[in-house]
Amino acid sequence: MTAPIKHTVQLPAERARTTSFNEASARTRIELLLDAGSFVEFIGPAAREVSPHLKIFDIPEQFDDGIVVGRGRLDNSPVFIAAQEGRFMGGAFGEVHGAKLIGLLRAARELKSIPLLILFDTGGVRLQEANAGELAIAEIMRAVMEARTAGVKVIGLIGGRSGCYGGGGLIAGCCSALAVSEPGRIAVSGPEVIETNRGVEEFDSRDRALVWRTMGGKHRRLLGAADVFADDTVEGFRDAALELLGLVGTFDLDRLEAEQLRLADRLRNFGTCEDAVDIWTAEGIAHAEAIPELPADQFIALANKIGRTSRDAR
Amino acid sequence: MEDLSFQHRVRERADGTRRTAIIGVVASGNLEVLVERILPDAECQLEIKTAAVGFGEVWTAVIADFVERYSPGGLKFSINDGGARPDTVSLRLAQAVRLIEEDGQ
Repeated sequence: MTAPIKHTVQLPAERARTTSFNEASARTRIELLLDAGSFVEFIGPAAREVSPHLKIFDIPEQFDDGIVVGRGRLDNSPVFIAAQEGRFMGGAFGEVHGAKLIGLLRAARELKSIPLLILFDTGGVRLQEANAGELAIAEIMRAVMEARTAGVKVIGLIGGRSGCYGGGGLIAGCCSALAVSEPGRIAVSGPEVIETNRGVEEFDSRDRALVWRTMGGKHRRLLGAADVFADDTVEGFRDAALELLGLVGTFDLDRLEAEQLRLADRLRNFGTCEDAVDIWTAEGIAHAEAIPELPADQFIALANKIGRTSRDAR
Repeated sequence: MEDLSFQHRVRERADGTRRTAIIGVVASGNLEVLVERILPDAECQLEIKTAAVGFGEVWTAVIADFVERYSPGGLKFSINDGGARPDTVSLRLAQAVRLIEEDGQ
């Protein structure tokens, strides 16, 4: 019993294949998503750029304020990357948290040619620093559009525990393209918020099946809100990011107008549907009610038959 | 919130060449440990900010045990604690030492 324990070393690629993106920390997601050893962090935890607001509320701080930003390589090409830590205050945006992402987006805008990946995992704005957080959301949305206008591909990857809610949902809507996994949820108002404001008849937040089929990754993929569906592994998201980087075209007025048309069509076609299953049926999917049960590979095959967002849009 | 600070003399320097490492996350029942190789070889320092007030004696015991077991010479530990149990604290401290003992930066 006193002999030293021999540690078996698992290769990064093997770990990426077996590690759930949903369960991994922000740092592990980055480590396994990028080429091994390539990540360089900006304003790391040792810089101690913590929130200036949480102390007032007697709430513990985190050294990176819940977001890890930096640069690295993806399949040998340079990328910028930001990952939110959904377990710290629900991944919510505060002043410093937001400023780190804004700075990264502006760096990408200046350099023009290096794409940027955002690994969303957020409930929205941090209530304890609401004004600063709301301002951060607005500035990030502007920074995303400015970066895209300069030619930067901004890819959102959504599969974290906290989903992508509130201002995070708005920022995701500004990205060049999105990948989502089954546990990833995308919306602005969360289930409890809708129920609180509109009543349980409108939305029963305790009905988990309703929540998942309304905000979950499968529905967002079928609706065209997300471009690619990823299996819940870090490798699944790495492959999705590479696929999206190959798909995204230039960003200009024509593309914005195409996106407006796409959204208008969507509202016209599905605006009267009462439930996600009605939308899937209207899209021509047989046995739409079975969608939530489908394994990832079968769902991806089905979603690819339905097609993806027109390349002209977004 | 309560701030606690500990200084220990230790037998030997921690292995490895990494300058910093971080492990854990600040959440309910969890904590983050930032470890930096910035002290003389025979010293070890821990700075703790904890959401659970009044547990100084437990921290004193957990840290004395950790320092005796790992001899983390030259290391400064900075901890943000969301009210973790003593076993979780011991685990994170051990993970932090393991990480900084790796080779690299």
